[in-house]
Amino acid sequence: MKTVTKLLAGAALAVGLAGMAQAESHGEPVKAGFIYVGPVGDGGWTYEHDQGRLAVEEEFGDMVETVYQENVPEGADAERAITQMALSGADIIFTTSFGYMDPTIAVAEKFPDVKFEHATGYKTADNVSVYSARFYEGRAVQGHIAGNLTESNIIGYIGSFPIPEVIRGINSAYIHAKKVNPDVQFKIVWAYTWFDPAKEADAAKALIEQGADVILQHTDSTAPQAAAQEAGNVYTFGQASDMSEYAPMPRVSSIIDNWAPYYIERVKAVMDGTWESTNTWDGIGPGMVGIGEITDAVPAEVKAEAEALRDAIGAGEYHPFTGPLNKQDGSAWLGEGETADDGTLAGMNFYVEGIEGEIPN
Amino acid sequence: MDFGSINPILLIASLMVASTPILLAALGEMVVEKAGVLNLGVEGMMITGAVVGFAIGVNTGSSWAGFATAAVAGAALSMIFAVITQVLLSNQVATGLGLTLFGLGLSSLIGKPYVGIKAPGFSKLDIPILSDIPVLGPILFRHDPMVYVSLLLVAAVWYLLTYTRAGLVLRAVGENHSAAHALGYKVVRVRFMAIAFGGAMAGLGGAYVSLVRVPQWVEGMTSGAGWIALAIVVFASWRPWRILLGAYLFGGITVLQLNLQAAGSTIPVEYLSMSPYLVTILVLVIISVRGNHGAPGSLGRVFHASH
Repeated sequence: MKTVTKLLAGAALAVGLAGMAQAESHGEPVKAGFIYVGPVGDGGWTYEHDQGRLAVEEEFGDMVETVYQENVPEGADAERAITQMALSGADIIFTTSFGYMDPTIAVAEKFPDVKFEHATGYKTADNVSVYSARFYEGRAVQGHIAGNLTESNIIGYIGSFPIPEVIRGINSAYIHAKKVNPDVQFKIVWAYTWFDPAKEADAAKALIEQGADVILQHTDSTAPQAAAQEAGNVYTFGQASDMSEYAPMPRVSSIIDNWAPYYIERVKAVMDGTWESTNTWDGIGPGMVGIGEITDAVPAEVKAEAEALRDAIGAGEYHPFTGPLNKQDGSAWLGEGETADDGTLAGMNFYVEGIEGEIPN
Repeated sequence: MDFGSINPILLIASLMVASTPILLAALGEMVVEKAGVLNLGVEGMMITGAVVGFAIGVNTGSSWAGFATAAVAGAALSMIFAVITQVLLSNQVATGLGLTLFGLGLSSLIGKPYVGIKAPGFSKLDIPILSDIPVLGPILFRHDPMVYVSLLLVAAVWYLLTYTRAGLVLRAVGENHSAAHALGYKVVRVRFMAIAFGGAMAGLGGAYVSLVRVPQWVEGMTSGAGWIALAIVVFASWRPWRILLGAYLFGGITVLQLNLQAAGSTIPVEYLSMSPYLVTILVLVIISVRGNHGAPGSLGRVFHASH
């Protein structure tokens, strides 16, 4: 994959240099670039970002031109890919994975006139905005359903990388599973990849073999769904995308990322010249996080509770991290009725009380 | 830590499944390299096999048809490589890399309509009596047929290379193509056949990922398995049984580290993940210190009858 990127980057660099002069002139469509961590056909994370890109095209027609590069590895190669996109005349570039954070900042310094939008990170600059969705709100709903469904009381969780976004999800799901099922236990496996179907399938199988009958995933492909389906009585949730092809079983619900409104708004801002560096973190309420249909495999009363929970979070009446909550080591974190502030959530690097195991460094 | 929750029987059974794709691909590549050709297009042929096998499997409802077509597709793709390197005498490294890029692109093109579709079933063998033997039954007698096919192929390749005249000719071509040519062997023809076999095996390996291991089609789903297969050939010093060992080691550690994590092991994940690569580097160091790496003498060199 690396080689692909290298060759592509080399080739595109040449094309990009030629294209720079053109971008200076006015009256041309706004060019929006997207950097993807997986293929657009992953059925999950990257697929939804690409849906957002298509929505931008749909909305603005000839006034916009979009380009994207898929399978861009996080790290040094990303810097090359982003640079190349900036050189080729992109006016706004969306870098859609956490690992693109430092490369995005580095490239943004070199291209002060290009706007950058980095997903799920926390570093901003004059021409770098960050945006993310409050996936943990959806995780609360998942945790509620999972805690009710499990019979072995073991819930498997496939993590990608131990970063705050993933840890938040684990904590949120655990808190709400524990609430309805005090005996619940989480088994967490770190796959160290966002996208590797074979490894994700292996991880799901390992968890199922060790007794998990509900699998939550924070990786991008539908492979764990297929593994659960083969195993039989195992429940899963769609991740990032609805994954409804696995409904009603094993997939009983899902978290859907809806980036389209945000992408349209930001591209519009570039067109109008009103773009400013911002920090957006939206959840169920504004519609950036959607909860996919809860299937009939879930008992009706559990479904009703889950939907009520979803609506309460969406209306801002309930915060998934509401005290009393302790950290894993037993020290107090949130007092009775207290809710977590965004700063703590954004940098979350601890498990809540009750989760076993350590977060890898 | 709770090792009790790891079931060693299930662990061994699932490591065999996890290892089979790289075993098939590595075995094919070993034969190609034994004939003196370095084909770095394994990943491209695997992913093409994965998508073609899946597409045919879905359309016919038969996984066997999928596997057969995947082998044909892998071999067909490898023929592009064969013509370019053996007839047009291009650089094998560059052509192989090109083949990988081509295969990845081609597969996502073919695969577009198949995203999100479910694979046809591929029933496991359930040999009566034998599969009921405690411990051995689940480990040895309850797999899908391709696991047994892959093991048979290891034995067949070993036998052919070691004990038959055809195997001897193939090795002669790989060790010293000029000498083999002088003796009257058709170097290019032998290499064409070896490359086709390698392509077919890579195709089978890819189809195993999409039809059995995952089982579904996702773009880029082999994610580097072809490169691991290439590493295993070197790790195995170009010997069939060591290919089996290498593939099961790689597959085994992947599965084992996931199981250890689920069981709450305190060993850092990073060390477990890198261990197969460390072992490969170690083996490479040992064989290069000993001076006898076992690589075929004409590996990667261009052959033309007039030279």
